[in-house]
Amino acid sequence: MKRDIADATSISKEDLAKLTKEANEEATPSRMKIMWGEFKADKPALVSLFLLVFFILFVIIASEFIDVPKMMETNIMGYYNKPFSSDYWLGADAGGRSIAKELVVGSRNSISIAIGLTIISSTFGICWGLVSGYFGGMVDLAMQRVYDFMMIIPMLMTIIVIVTIIPHYNAITLTLILSIFYWMGTSRLIRSRTLAESQKDYVAASKTSGTSNFKIIFREIMPNISSLIIVDTTLSFAENIGVETGLSFLGFGLPMGTPSLGTLIANANDPENITQYWWTWLPAAIEIIILCLSISYIGQVMRRTTNAAQRRGQDQK
Amino acid sequence: MWKTILRRVLIMIPELIILSILVFLLAKAMPGDPFTGSINPRADPAQIHHLMEIHGLYDPWYQQYWNWVVHLFHGDLGMSYEYQEPVVDLIQQRGANTLWLALFTMVLTYGIGLPLGMYAAHHEGKLQDTLVRVYTYVTMSIPFFVVLVIGIWIFGYALNWFPTSGSVSAQASGLGGTMLSRLDHIILPGLLGALFGTVNIVQYLRSEVIDAKHSDYVRTARSKGVPMKDIYRHHIFRNSLLPIAAFAGYSITGLLGGSIFTEMVFSYPGMGLLFLNAINFRDYTVITALVLLYGFLNLLGTLLSDIVLSIVDPRVRVE
Repeated sequence: MKRDIADATSISKEDLAKLTKEANEEATPSRMKIMWGEFKADKPALVSLFLLVFFILFVIIASEFIDVPKMMETNIMGYYNKPFSSDYWLGADAGGRSIAKELVVGSRNSISIAIGLTIISSTFGICWGLVSGYFGGMVDLAMQRVYDFMMIIPMLMTIIVIVTIIPHYNAITLTLILSIFYWMGTSRLIRSRTLAESQKDYVAASKTSGTSNFKIIFREIMPNISSLIIVDTTLSFAENIGVETGLSFLGFGLPMGTPSLGTLIANANDPENITQYWWTWLPAAIEIIILCLSISYIGQVMRRTTNAAQRRGQDQK
Repeated sequence: MWKTILRRVLIMIPELIILSILVFLLAKAMPGDPFTGSINPRADPAQIHHLMEIHGLYDPWYQQYWNWVVHLFHGDLGMSYEYQEPVVDLIQQRGANTLWLALFTMVLTYGIGLPLGMYAAHHEGKLQDTLVRVYTYVTMSIPFFVVLVIGIWIFGYALNWFPTSGSVSAQASGLGGTMLSRLDHIILPGLLGALFGTVNIVQYLRSEVIDAKHSDYVRTARSKGVPMKDIYRHHIFRNSLLPIAAFAGYSITGLLGGSIFTEMVFSYPGMGLLFLNAINFRDYTVITALVLLYGFLNLLGTLLSDIVLSIVDPRVRVE
């Protein structure tokens, strides 16, 4: 008798492995797995993901080897050098500076600022939306008034005025200034989802059992809307590339002497450049288009993973 | 319904006050003064000091703010130091240009967006739908200023189809000629703005129409034998189009924001270009007036949209 009971409670190794395998097959795949499956099923998405990662790594590493102050020096000998020559792969601009080098360093700067801006503004927007949507009532009302006010501020003009006021600013302060104005979209989206989520039973149950609000918001609600957060962050990354480059294009972005994709495109503001010296601005323009298209395509694929009905990955049986 | 409108208008007032204070302080914090160098490089510092005093630039900020607000209510926005002209006149000249461009862009945006959204919804899930989705994805992703630069390069400089600067050519004569020349100058920027600004309309309309198509009332109408064409015209369009009309107010914000880029690339003498010049010359009066005006227009746009929405959709109303 004793032996039988012992047998019943202990499971042999093979059985355990078999059971674990069965359980794994039955379980809903994790979110990362679904996303990965989706990328594997969509070849263009996979290609753009790899290209993007490779490109970002390339510009970051390559710009370490470029002497920026020396690159920005005027070199009369190279004045408007034509592209595809041995010294200048992509030609040179009015100051004889190599476009190819400027492009690499400029991409590094622009992408870093876009990443910084996305991290700061999304974090802020997510917290704002979570708190506003979770507490509701007066808190929500007050926070929505701030949101409304931010929406009527003429954003671009105000940023330009602030940039002109601040005497010495660098990439970091610029990112912070921009972050003040680019969290509203995220906060709106997260708020509406949180409003719906806080009506659910698990939140009520958690409240009854005395879980702190902080824990409910960040440990329970946030993981449940994480797929939305990932998608929104990716899409705002694509948008944010246009923010700094746009400002630099107008001449109010990165300070003078710091190349950016925007300042390169700003070469096109000179009618002589735009008509005769296309290589001074066109590569940067094409690069921005490709970057934005591929990031936003990745975002679209991620959005598909949040909706089981639209998935193309292998987990759709 | 009146309650909703009243409430919205009441909310507007504190927003406007905070905005005006913010704008005023920002303009005050700008470095440099508007006189040094602009009169005569050898001007006597004492004279500049005197000018600053006359214009009240040494008063405490709240007093300057109050003066500014009082003048504002008298329709006096001050003199532009750079152009030596009243700011009101400047904005009137430039504002008309920006307004024409914005109106033209808006009409085109709706003219392109509405049929496209309908078309995509009508062919839901087919090739046409996919093509429209690719179009919205491309136009949504690319930053608008890059589009402007490439647009002016191809259609303005290379093909020479459209003028690349100004709002009216000097050769144009007579009323008809002037109007035609004006139109000629806004076609390319307007068209680019419209082609790349339809995303919201197309996506919203498409999902609205598809929702309506699968709704019970459409099924009822079909089972009664109403032709599909009539269902579209009398049921689906009417329900889906009104909320879209309300978006017009919100889109003002986007149009005004974009006008800075458009006017810079096309050297179009509107308010956006005026703003950029004013920033370069530290022309405080023009800067404050323009930022405030843009903020006020944003406010009016949202107010308009909210009112239209509350008329269309009773659920939004406050009882």
